[in-house]
Amino acid sequence: MIELEELTKRYADSVAVDRLSLRVAAGEVLVLLGGSGCGKTTTLKMINRLIEPTSGRVRLDGRDTAEIEPHSLRRGIGYAFQAVGLFPHMSVAGNIGVTPQLLGWPDARVRERVDALLELVELEPAGFRERLPHQLSGGQQQRVGLARALAAEPRVLLLDEPFGALDPLTRDRLQQSFQAIRSRLGLTAVFVTHDMVEALLLGDRIAVMRDGALVQVGTPEQLLREPAGDYVADLMATPRRQAEVMERYLEGGGR
Amino acid sequence: MSEQLALLPGYGIAHLRLTLVALAVGAALSVPAGIWVTRRKSLEPGILGVASVIQTIPSLALLAIMVPALGALGALTASWFGVSLRSIGYVPAVIALTLYSVLPILRNTVTGIEGVDPALVEAARGVGMTPGQRLARVELPLALPVIVAGVRTAAVWVVGTATLSTPVGATSLGNFIFSGLQTRNTTAVLVGCVAAAALALALDQTIRLLEVGARRRSRGLLAAAGAVLLLLYGVTAASVAFERLGGGERSLRIGAKAFTEQYILAELMAQQVARGTGRPTEIVSSLGSTVAFDALRSGDLDVYVDYSGTIWATIMKRGGSFVDRDTVLAEVSRFLSREHGIRVLGSLGFENTYALGMRADRAESLGLRRIGDLPRVAERLEIGGDYEFFQRAEWKALVEAYGLAFRAERSMDPALMYQAVATGDVDVISAFSTDGRIAAYDIVLLQDERGVIPPYDAILLVGPRIAEAEPGVAAALESLVGALDAGTMQRLNLAVDRDGRAPADVARGFLDAGRAPE
Repeated sequence: MIELEELTKRYADSVAVDRLSLRVAAGEVLVLLGGSGCGKTTTLKMINRLIEPTSGRVRLDGRDTAEIEPHSLRRGIGYAFQAVGLFPHMSVAGNIGVTPQLLGWPDARVRERVDALLELVELEPAGFRERLPHQLSGGQQQRVGLARALAAEPRVLLLDEPFGALDPLTRDRLQQSFQAIRSRLGLTAVFVTHDMVEALLLGDRIAVMRDGALVQVGTPEQLLREPAGDYVADLMATPRRQAEVMERYLEGGGR
Repeated sequence: MSEQLALLPGYGIAHLRLTLVALAVGAALSVPAGIWVTRRKSLEPGILGVASVIQTIPSLALLAIMVPALGALGALTASWFGVSLRSIGYVPAVIALTLYSVLPILRNTVTGIEGVDPALVEAARGVGMTPGQRLARVELPLALPVIVAGVRTAAVWVVGTATLSTPVGATSLGNFIFSGLQTRNTTAVLVGCVAAAALALALDQTIRLLEVGARRRSRGLLAAAGAVLLLLYGVTAASVAFERLGGGERSLRIGAKAFTEQYILAELMAQQVARGTGRPTEIVSSLGSTVAFDALRSGDLDVYVDYSGTIWATIMKRGGSFVDRDTVLAEVSRFLSREHGIRVLGSLGFENTYALGMRADRAESLGLRRIGDLPRVAERLEIGGDYEFFQRAEWKALVEAYGLAFRAERSMDPALMYQAVATGDVDVISAFSTDGRIAAYDIVLLQDERGVIPPYDAILLVGPRIAEAEPGVAAALESLVGALDAGTMQRLNLAVDRDGRAPADVARGFLDAGRAPE
């Protein structure tokens, strides 16, 4: 369980995140949704202390994260982001196994875990284990990035637009993979995106942010039925319109 | 040619030793400093600035400045810890070369680490690496090709600059070049240049292999380049060990400044000591003028020949009015013994004085015989002098006493000076009176009728330690006192300068026959 209490990040001349309070239940996927500059990525990075909050608190299973050494905190939290950041001088196996290795797992266990994860993200272990990152396609890199985030069996997963830079078909396949994985592993995750459709598809609940503040948090149904204000209503209008167009085609109507 | 090639292994290995040690120490200092700078951004301009300033110091000056600096430091350590430092030779050269290698390695370390993709730094933090693990596992491996490229640049610089360590008493391939230029031995100069260039290329290519290996992450290339470097380090280490084993008794160090006469005199002294005492000797040649004196004072040199007027003017800061030879000699002897414990064995029997020289036909056509005749035509004439001449007290005294004002003053290498006056590029030069080229180029010396230039008796100096502990050495050398008159010295110089004979050869001939070649 993740609890954010009055979390605030202030820079010299701006407030990136303003007194944000949220709860993510165990086994829940919470999507942080908003336009660029709304503070969603800053919020995410304050959870694993890549950014230190100005004030407020993050609790992980009841424990204040400020009391945990940053590197050991991060070893218990999976992290995947849009740029992926695979280490170019390490093989796929080396990249996936990096956190288990830092935790001192025996080599055999690391190897087993790497193969299991490659299968989980639908990459054939024998064919991919020894490849270098530059020998992978964008989608394959993202799969390896996701496997690396899951490697040390983290209690919590943080994802920052992990599928943002991919073409629609690849993104769709990866979203489906992610859905399958999370239901299999019962993951607790915070997922940052600006894509409304992705939010609806993957989130158990969605937290809409604007200018560093929380606008509304609720299930996709709640957001669709009872949007709190024009901003949320506008956000929901786009996928609704797209869905209506699709439906009409499927019914054989046309425009 | 074969004579020069015989010297190549010794000079080459000495050169390699300077280069490799300076590079290793330079890298060992600069890479951590570079890393430190990337952790503390506020230090970056300061530290890189200091390294850049060091780089702008002309390399010859940086090397030369190490001698008095180490001398002063040595005096401190001697009084504090009872350990004195050697202020000439290997140590000052390695320190200067190390300083010289810092900038490229430091700068590339900083550039390499700062050039690591920020996404990778974020990933390294995100997967739970400590700052140290991030450095060791991500930043350094990715910056390695850039760092190695910096070492490569440094290697080429250091190989080239190491040739300039000869004047501070460190043997290097520069010995070929310095002595070759002074004794007009083009072969020696060429051997030195080609060998230094070949060494630079070889090191450059070996380190390039390391760089390519690091870039392609190829173990094979890294291993091959590493093996070559290890071999080079092995050879130099073995040569040091061999030297340690071989030389039980420390050999007597005989100094020579950077001109022909000094090379011959050093050989004369070495052979005389060998004949008289059987003691091993070592000639440290092509030393800078004040470097030689400092080294004798501090015990890094044991004997060398200097000139009474040089000590009188540059060390004792005396000058001005006319003083006779005997007075100068007596006062210099008393001064050296009292102030520095240096013993003056006596004059070799000739003076090598500064004199104004002109081509004979030119002097005649202008009707010049004495310096006093110069002022009326000086404004139409150019004068050439060696590097120090126009800064020396003698020149200022000449200008004042005779009212000289030339159209131009040109500093040049002494080896080129005689040629310049012979071809008419300059009209007057600051000749050395015993130089063989005076006769060879048909140059006349203008008489210093007011005796402004002090006497320059060639005097045999023995350092404090040898003067006390080894009377045998002084006894052997004493037979050279009064043994050479000016004509003899000129002929010996000419045998080297004109006939291209080796200084050692000329010295041996003189000792065997008891006279100079005709």
